[in-house]
Formats: sequence, C-alpha cells, structure tokens
Amino acid sequence: MMRASDDRLTIYERSRPGRRAFVAPLLDVPERALDELLPPELRRSEAPRLPEVAEPEIVRHYNRLSRRNFDLDTGFYPLGSCTMKYNPKLHERVAGLPGHARLHPLQDPSRAQGALELMWKLQQSLGEIAGLPHVSLQPSAGSHGELAGVLLTRAYHEDHGDRRTKVLTPDNAHGTNPATVTMAGYEVVKVGTDERGNVDLDDLRAKATEDVACLMLTNPSTVGLFEQGIEEIERIVHGVGATLYYDGANLNAIMGICRPGDMGFDIVHFNLHKSFTQPHGGGGPGAGPIAVAERIEPYLPRPQVIVREGTNGSGPRYDLDYDRPKSIGRLRGFQGNYGVFVRSYAYIRSLGAAGLREVSEVAVLNANYLLARLQREGVAEYLPAAYDRICKHEFVLSGTPMKRALGIKTLDLAKRLLDFGVHPPTVYFPLIVDEALLIEPTETETKETLDRFADIVAEILREAAEDPELARNAPYTTPVRRLDEAQAARHPVVRQAM
Amino acid sequence: MTSYVSATEAERREMLAAIGVGSIDDLFADIPAQLRLGRALALDAGLSEQEVYDELRALAARNVSAEDEVTFLGAGMYDSYVPALVDSIISRSEFLTPYTPYQPEISQGGLQAMFEYQTAISELTGLPVSNASVYEGPSAVAAAGYVAKLENGRRRFIVSRGVHPHARETLATLAKGYGMETEEAPLRDGRTELPPLDDSVSAIILQQPNFLGVVEEVAPLAAAAREAGALTICSCDPIPLALLKPPGECGVDVAVGEGQTLGNRLDFGGPSFGFFAVTQSLLRRIPGRIAGETTDVEGRRGFVLTLQTREQHIRRERATSNICTSQALNALAGVIYLSWLGRRGLVELAELMLQRTAYARERLAAVEGVELLVDQPVVREFAVRLGAPVESVIARCREEGINPGYPLGRDYPELDDCLLVAITERRTRADIDRLADALAAAVATERERLAVRA
Amino acid sequence: MAEASYPDDLLYHSEHDWARVDGDTATFGITWYAQDALGEVVFFEAPKLGAQIVKDESYTEVESVKAVSDVIAPLSGEIIEVNTALGDQPETINEDPYGEGWLIKVKLADPSEAESLMDAAAYQATLA
Repeated sequence: MMRASDDRLTIYERSRPGRRAFVAPLLDVPERALDELLPPELRRSEAPRLPEVAEPEIVRHYNRLSRRNFDLDTGFYPLGSCTMKYNPKLHERVAGLPGHARLHPLQDPSRAQGALELMWKLQQSLGEIAGLPHVSLQPSAGSHGELAGVLLTRAYHEDHGDRRTKVLTPDNAHGTNPATVTMAGYEVVKVGTDERGNVDLDDLRAKATEDVACLMLTNPSTVGLFEQGIEEIERIVHGVGATLYYDGANLNAIMGICRPGDMGFDIVHFNLHKSFTQPHGGGGPGAGPIAVAERIEPYLPRPQVIVREGTNGSGPRYDLDYDRPKSIGRLRGFQGNYGVFVRSYAYIRSLGAAGLREVSEVAVLNANYLLARLQREGVAEYLPAAYDRICKHEFVLSGTPMKRALGIKTLDLAKRLLDFGVHPPTVYFPLIVDEALLIEPTETETKETLDRFADIVAEILREAAEDPELARNAPYTTPVRRLDEAQAARHPVVRQAM
Repeated sequence: MTSYVSATEAERREMLAAIGVGSIDDLFADIPAQLRLGRALALDAGLSEQEVYDELRALAARNVSAEDEVTFLGAGMYDSYVPALVDSIISRSEFLTPYTPYQPEISQGGLQAMFEYQTAISELTGLPVSNASVYEGPSAVAAAGYVAKLENGRRRFIVSRGVHPHARETLATLAKGYGMETEEAPLRDGRTELPPLDDSVSAIILQQPNFLGVVEEVAPLAAAAREAGALTICSCDPIPLALLKPPGECGVDVAVGEGQTLGNRLDFGGPSFGFFAVTQSLLRRIPGRIAGETTDVEGRRGFVLTLQTREQHIRRERATSNICTSQALNALAGVIYLSWLGRRGLVELAELMLQRTAYARERLAAVEGVELLVDQPVVREFAVRLGAPVESVIARCREEGINPGYPLGRDYPELDDCLLVAITERRTRADIDRLADALAAAVATERERLAVRA
Repeated sequence: MAEASYPDDLLYHSEHDWARVDGDTATFGITWYAQDALGEVVFFEAPKLGAQIVKDESYTEVESVKAVSDVIAPLSGEIIEVNTALGDQPETINEDPYGEGWLIKVKLADPSEAESLMDAAAYQATLA
C-alpha cells in the first residue's frame, strides 16, 4: 500500500487559516448584541484553536489514519483476557435505528417502553446466564462493575452493622481488582496461587478472617484454568461472612455449561465488550453490568429497571425505579450505555441458549487445540505451557526458556509477530508467570487461522535460533518501528504545540 | 441460530484428536458434576438475522425519540446534529474493531486520533493536559474528586447545588467509598454562593454553565478555593466553551464534562464520553489513558500510550483510578466533529445557539403564566417558572408533538413549578414559536381547569 | 551502566538501596540491581527538603515505563539535599547509580543504625 510522505501530519498541521467544513444554519431570529447576552468579562478573548480544514481533507485524514491501525475485522487477535471475537454487523444496523439512537435519556418512561423492555429482557438474560436473580445495567465498563461490586459489599456489611477493612484478591488478578479495592476504601490482601494454577486454599484459610469483606475471583482464573477448589473457596469465604465476587472477564469459557451463581458467587460483573460482542472501538465504549444474589439486591444502584403487570389486559409496563432507600446510589449519569445494550441484546437473541453454549464449547475447543499445536516440538521447549492441564478458553505460556536458550524475550516475540500480520497475545500478564504469554483465540476463528498462528510462532523461534537480533529489532514492516516509550514518559508531549 | 463459529463437525473431530480427548465434554471434565448447569439456559432459541432485526425495530417503534417530536429536553445530553462524516469514519473497521493500543506500532491511527482529541480538549478548556477520555460526565466529576483527595489528602468537598444532580449523586456514592465528606454550596439568584472555606476542604466543585443554564463567575470562586489551599474542579458543557472564558483562565485545576453533544448520539444516555483536563502540575495524577508523542528507532514520529505507571495495570492498588478503558470511539467522534466545526464553526454554532436561546427566553417570558426563573446570562439552556402544574403542562404540550423540557422538580423540590428548556442548533425559530404557543395554550388550559375545580 | 557494580566504599540495604556515610550525614541512592530491574527510569518523585525519613520505610518513588518502585531509606534522618538534576534527566539513575545518580542527602538521626547495613560482598551474596 502506498504511503505518502505526509502521512504523519496531524489534523492541526493540515489546517490552513480560513478553511472550513461546517456551514451554520441561517440565523432566523433577530440578532442581539453579543455584549448584551454575554458580558465581556465572561467571554474568552480567543477562540479555541481547532483545526481549519475542509470536509474532503478531514475524511481523507481520518481514513488514512485508520489504515495505520490493525483491527479485528482484518486479522487474528489472540489477546488473552480480552475475548476478541467477531463483532456482528447487524448490531450496528439495529443500534442506529432512530428509535434507539435518538432517544433522550430523560424521555418519560411511558414513552420509552421499547428501550426499557429491551433493558429488562437483557437483564433477565444476563441473570439467567450468571445464575443470579437481580441485574443492574448501570456500570459503564468492567472495572466500573467491579467498583459497584465492592461498594455493594460495603453497603451490605454496613447495613448489618459490620465494619470490615480488607478485600482478598488472588495474586494473578487483573490490575483493576486491587485499584478498585483501594478506591472503595478497603485494604488489598493477596492470596497465593498453587502450582496447579488454583487458589492456594491454605493461604486463603489463613487470610480469610472476619475482617475480610470480600474475595474477588474469576473462574476460570486469569491463567485460563477452572478453579478446582471453588466449592471449598465458597465455604471458606461465606464461612467468615464475606461476599464472593466474580470477575466476569472469562465468562466466554462457561456460558450454558456452569454458572457463577451456582458456584456460590454473590456478585458477578459482565463485560459486554468481551463475551457479548460490543466492538472494542480502539479502547471503549463497553459496559459492565452486574448480577447479584437476593441478599445484595436492596443495595443495587439507583435507578433500577423494573416491570409492573399491566392493568385491564394491557401488556406489562416497564419503568425506572428510584425508590430504593438502601441503594448505594448512582454510579454515573442516566441509565447506562444503552447503545451497548442494544447490541448485546441483539447478540443474545441471535444465539439463544444453544448458540451461547456452542460459543463456550468452541472457545474452549479452539484454545485447547491451539495449545496442543503449540506444544509440539520446536515450540514447547522454548514456550512451555505454564500449567500442565486442560485449559478453558485461554492458556498461558512462559517465555523464560526461550529467553535463556535463544536470547529473545516475550516482548521480542510479540513485536516479531506484528511483521506476520497477527496481533500478539497478551504479554507479561498474569504477573505470576515469568515472561508470560496469555493466548485466547475465541470461538469465531477458523482452524486454519489457529494452524497458521502456531506455524508463525515456530518460524519466529527458528529465526531466533539463527539470529536473535531479528526479533530484538522487530517490527520492520509496520507503519512505525519500535517506539521510544521511555522518552514519552520522561518528557511527555500530550498535545500539539501551537 | 448462529454463533458466528466456523468449526464444522469434521474439524471438531480433528481438533479433539490433536488435543487427545474424545469429546468436547472431556474439556470440561474438571468442572464438578454438581456445578454443571445440566440443562439448557432458559433463554429463547436463537433467531435469524432478519427476525432479530424485526424485533429490534419493533422495540424502537415503541420509543418516542427526537425523530418523533420537537424536543427541548437537555439537562446534560442534547439533541445535537451529528454530521454524516462522523458516522462514516467511525464505522470503519479499523476504528470500530481494534483493541486498546497496547501494541503502538500497529495502532498509530488510534493513538494519533487520541493525541488530536487531547489537543482539542486542551484548547477548549484552556488547560495544558487532557487525557484520552473517561466514561461520561458525572463519573468524571467523581474521578476528579479522587484526584483532589490524592493530591492534598484533605477530607471535604464543597459541591455547588448547580452541579448536575447525577454528578452530585455519583460523587456521593464514590466519595463514600474513598472516604470523603461532601457539603453543598447553595445557589443564590441562580449562581453558586460559596460558604467560608477552611483547610479541611480538598476541592470545590462547580458546573459551567450550571444545571439551570446560568453562566457562573468561576474566577472569584476559584480564587477563594486557591486561597484556602483547595483545588477547583469545574464540570463544563463543551459547546458554550466556544464563547465563555475557559476554565484554565479562571483558575480551575481540573476541568471535566459530558462530551455527548460533540458528535455523539443521545442513545438513551450512553455510550458517550467524558473529558478530563488538568493543570501541568497534576500531570502525573490524571486518571485514564494518555497518548504521547515520541519517535521510533528510525527517528519517525509516532504516538504511544504514556505515563502508564499511573494506571491500574502497573500501579494496581496505588493507581490514580481503577479505570481500564477510555471511550475511544466516542472521543474519536468528538474530535472529528470538532474538526468539522473548526475554529470558526464552533464559535458560529455557539453564537447561533446563544441568539436562539435569547429569542426563546423572550418569547416564553411573554407568555401568560410563564416567567424566567432568574435574570442571569445563559448560553443554550434556561429555566422558567410556570403558573400551572408542570407535569400536566408537559403532557398537554406532548399532545401537540412538543416536548417542552425537563421538570426541575424531579431533582430540586424548591423548583417544582419550573421547567428547564434546552435549545440546540436543531431547534429553529419555527420550533421555538411552536413551543411558545404550546406552552401558552397548555398553561392557560391547565389554569382554567384548576379554576373550574376550585 | 552496562556492567553490574557494587562499590566497596558503600553500605547496602536489602531493599537495593545504598548509603555513603560521611560523619553525621549520608548520601542515598539505588543499587545497580535495582535500576536494572526497573528498566529505563522516567521519573523520580523528588521528596521535600526537611522531611524526616525513617530507616526501612519508603521515602519516595522511582518510575520506569513499566514499573513503579518504592525507594527505601537505609538509615533515618532529615533530608538536607535533593538531586534536582534528576527532574530533567532521570535516566542518570541508570547511567551512574552511585555517582551523579544519587537521590538525596540526609543528616543522620542515629549514625549507629549503619551497623545493620551490609557491605558490598554481603549484599552481592544476597543477589545470587
């Protein structure tokens, strides 16, 4: 693809004084003096220095920018813990219907029955998938859902006259877990993982005291393995009166097969931008709804979507319920990311019960198949599986032998993968595996894509055996090569100078 | 039913053989039998694409959107015109489907767009440092509070009653978590009146224009805060910033706000984006992602996520926030929109709204039984007091195809006879005239009905 | 600094900090091992002059692109000087961790605390 020499110009550098795109509607009211309407001392002296570009140039600029992005519709994205599955195009069509897209959030509920019904039905569906009866769609992202979960836990304990100060998280937890705990005013206590990849039950027993408010867990864990001690974990945690919180990042492995509610979790959050196909958008938007057990229901955020039976044979009426005296309150404005709900609802309606189960079955099949392919000779001795078990929807390899034997690190392997037109897996997470590579293919990839990925990894290792410098200086064929991140952190330049 | 899966029966058998198990069930053998669901999920069977489309369309048809009525509803989100180029650009796969740019070499498009967005927000707010966006307006206010707490360790916020009720509520929820007290500063004559500040105050929190649409005098309030050693946080409506003195020139330390009106749809309240800008000294405290400029090994200009040590994936429990995402696609829509408006266009748009709002105020003030709540400068939103029950007046207007505005009594008991009216560039003079007529008729009819009853 | 080095004239703390004691004052910094583990340093949070710091407790943070690290005080005292040149050139900590990359100078509260620190050989033994 041809690359123009001015590809790297910003929209500001393409500006020329006097150029414009916007044409204002005609002023159709009598014009009054500006000073009369807004006294000069309230006004800015200079207009913000926004770009001055005509429309064709704006479109060309952003189109060309877009081509400097790798994306899921173009190639394989085996990012562990991110569930990069196909984003169905139907969803954009239905989300764009004006009845959904141009609906004001403060429209009277009697005139937003379609929206409220959709939210109610989505809640019911998510509750069924999680195995918990009550759902709030309000949180805007996974970490927002986690915060909700910890705040709900706090409200529950305080309502029972109980002051607790600690929250337990496994040492392989996603960084949002401990950050959330601190924001919610608790102290983080880490629980160890054993060599089978499960929570260390002895360590948990030692740390699960009456001072603990909650254990935050994900199952399958962040190393892609089903938590074999989950029943004992539930007994220990509930035994000290703490709540059990489920991080739903790995839900793609178990839909229709088992449910966190049935495992004893009290609070579950979902990432609609993971299992439920909301497009990642280059880093948002998403949504992080939560499902909770009966005893946590009173504390759910305000407002809640509810349904009332219709009168005189009319259908059910949906509403927003603000009358929730024990609620933790609001977590954000309005009702949540409705545009995301429309897409997730369309997904669930398209798949149904059997489809969702198939998703998890094939996600786990694909992951185990890819693991088997990568455990062949030529790869396994450099990138062994961190845990010798059947995995679920993702698995962890360690690049430590590769580093010792071939002199290239996980980072170098990732950068060299870019030259082969695939997105690298998640690297250096989870923290408990040295030189970690966390790989999640998802169910929407073909077998030949998985085969090709395994072949590419083998190829890169062969290259490195001959010349480790190749990977160390990769990538070569991307729009830019390795970037100086230290410089960007030392002397941050976060806006265009003018 | 579809699951978007490729694996055929034959392929599944091949893969199972390669793994060394007999069936897919074997892959779930480590899940104890008593934890298995053991039945199908109690969900309807999956439908074909066209059936799903029909259902979603039927649901849409039961919503009265801005397409179906002339709306003057505002209060934080606005029926703004989104130009076609925004939809066209953000629907490109390369912007819609990628993940967060953790591999910058193949994410230069998204990273540069963030940099351009950060620049635009910095220009609007007059503050040097902007992040790449946060979820939305009200939670941005709460996140700003957390920054203030981390910065000076004090225990109280003073929050103006003119700050959006949702922002005040969200702040209250989160502040309880991170252990801060909040106290309200009242409105006098539509503007914030600060109580005396002492050294227990971490930050004052304002909104510009405030929830009643009134333009505040931010500079003296920020000066009072500075004198007490407190930070000033200001939540702003971005379009009026085309005309108003920017927060950075008023002594504000943290400027946040709801970005929906910049190129994003109403979407019944989300997704949208929140913007977040700070002074240089708060650079290392700002939450969320930030794109920074740098060079690659061959000296080419490039962009990366920078200052990541603030964030949860590195600093974990000591992070400046737990936020893991931005609203990249919505912020992209925002910067495309601001580029389309351009330097002159943004001002023209704001001036158009200003003039039409002035006209609307004049026409409504002349209606029998309607009076302006306060006589203060406004930009695109204002409150009126009605001489008849607000909810009934609204119902009557609706019958004429007009949604006259937001009943303030829902959040302000002292204003339960008031209506908040928003004017966007989509509301023409003819629309405003219709509003005035509908209100006149509705108020008159309601008054008559009550008089007859009495 | 490419090659690991642990000067003999310094005292070492198990959390990878060094002290150069000079009567009742001392200079502190982080060891070669610490800067190597961190990677390229991008930011040094300059502590305040006059602050009282306590042996074995953190008195500031050092950041690289991918990590944040507490800096532990090897000895107690009052901060009398801070290396402000690190504000512009934090990478000096990598290049010259024992010389130009010094972090702070302290007036010691209790010089006898130095007896609990290790010499270069003992410290290196802990790294093996």
